[in-house]
Amino acid sequence: MIRVEGIHKWFDDFHVLQGITEHITPGEVVVVCGPSGSGKSTFIRCINRLEDVQEGKIFVEGKDVYSSDVDINQLRADVGMVFQQFNLYPHITVLKNVSLAPIKVKKMSKIEAEEIALALLDKVGIYDQAHKYPAELSGGQQQRVAIARGLAMQPKIMLFDEPTSALDPEMINEVLKSMIDLAKDGMTMIVVTHEMGFAREVAKRIFFMDYGKILEKGTPEHFFKNPQHERTKLFLREIL
Amino acid sequence: MHWEVVWNNMDYFLLGRYPAGPLGGLALSILLALGGIFLAFWIGIIFGLLRLSKRWYLRIPSIIYIEIIRGTPLLLLIFWFYFLAPVIFHRPMPEARTTLMAFAVFTGAYVAEIVRAGILSIPKGQMEAARSSGLNHRQAMTYIVLPQALRNMIPSFVNQFVSLTKDTSLAYIIGVQELTRAATQVNNRSLTAPAEIFFAIAVIYFIICFSLTQTSRWLEKRLSYRTAGKIHQKAIELLDDSLE
Ligand SMILES: Nc1ncnc2c1ncn2[C@@H]1O[C@H](COP(=O)(O)OP(=O)(O)O)[C@@H](O)[C@H]1O
Ligand SMILES: [Mg+2]
Repeated sequence: MIRVEGIHKWFDDFHVLQGITEHITPGEVVVVCGPSGSGKSTFIRCINRLEDVQEGKIFVEGKDVYSSDVDINQLRADVGMVFQQFNLYPHITVLKNVSLAPIKVKKMSKIEAEEIALALLDKVGIYDQAHKYPAELSGGQQQRVAIARGLAMQPKIMLFDEPTSALDPEMINEVLKSMIDLAKDGMTMIVVTHEMGFAREVAKRIFFMDYGKILEKGTPEHFFKNPQHERTKLFLREIL
Repeated sequence: MHWEVVWNNMDYFLLGRYPAGPLGGLALSILLALGGIFLAFWIGIIFGLLRLSKRWYLRIPSIIYIEIIRGTPLLLLIFWFYFLAPVIFHRPMPEARTTLMAFAVFTGAYVAEIVRAGILSIPKGQMEAARSSGLNHRQAMTYIVLPQALRNMIPSFVNQFVSLTKDTSLAYIIGVQELTRAATQVNNRSLTAPAEIFFAIAVIYFIICFSLTQTSRWLEKRLSYRTAGKIHQKAIELLDDSLE
């Protein structure tokens, strides 16, 4: 489903991704963790080409993300993304936040798009907030809107970049619950997070990133019981 | 004091010789300002966007236009258009029209800078969220970034409109019958009340400009994404907590 083949990326002379090769299968949930600045965000942003790479290739469902003749908008429609800072559109209602892309990209009728949007909002538990503006919602609600927005294009893959890091502690669980539901529905997910409870419950594999490389990876079982690298142990000791 | 000179000529100040003759006075000033800002708005959006383009052949011409205009006095532009427009278009042209062009081209450069600043003030995450949902660059600009940028621009944009309203008085130099010229004509005829006349004219400019800035304040408040609603809600929550 996602094949990453030896990608390298530099920000000027800073070597942020130093050769990553991975294969993620349909329905798989992968949790990416690691110290701040290790390249986690950059890595997942490469998958939908929010960033460019200088070496290597990424294939999403067989399509070469960086080839010049790929329809990048089509490809991005199949890959939903949820950001740490929510990035909801503040000038339109929640309902329009969710239904905008289906209307503009898929040329769906407004009625149909809003029906889908309402169903998704219901799924993440904020059906009754549909006509409010983002600023009127709590952080947890906003992030759930962002999840619904990501799902509105009926993507095959969802990327999450620290979706709970900007939230007050009491709101983290409501967002994680929506993500766990999604994982149990069989969505292919790559989740950058330090929520190890979430990782234990739904991750099929955990990647530990350090200095632009995936230093260690494995099942949650392996990862928590007997991590191999000193750096991984140190990291786990710090966050658990 | 000879305030009756002002009152007796009020029609002339407000409308010029209209309806018997051509429109002039304040009405013409406002028309020039409105027409100028309308054209400048579109020029500004286009050149503001071009200036932000990744492609140098779009960006460089836009920078040249903006910087040249910003370094040129408006009065000179009015002269240029006055002398050059008839040559370029191969036909005589009313002064009011050549000044309107000068106003549009002049204010357009400033609006372009306002548009650019407005777009840059929108967090990068907005464009990224829009693009990652499959919108192309143009759609993301049209539906997500520009509407927010335009809201942020309202105060600067109204400022520009106020400046232009006052600057329409420069059209006086090439004989456009706007408010300032109307005042000068009346003054030359009566010769008894220059202070009263020019004071009255200043008050008229002030009323127009002041109501514009007030409207802009009101608009800004109305369009502030209902954030006030959130603050209100928070206040109620706090109150509830403290009553428990
Ligand atoms: N646009 C950018 N330009 C330059 N350096 C960047 C940019 N984005 C990220 N970096 C740098 O790349 C490194 C990795 O960033 P990031 O992928 O955000 O790490 P993480 O998400 O693991 O915290 C950091 O040192 C960061 O400063
Ligand atoms: Mg990050």
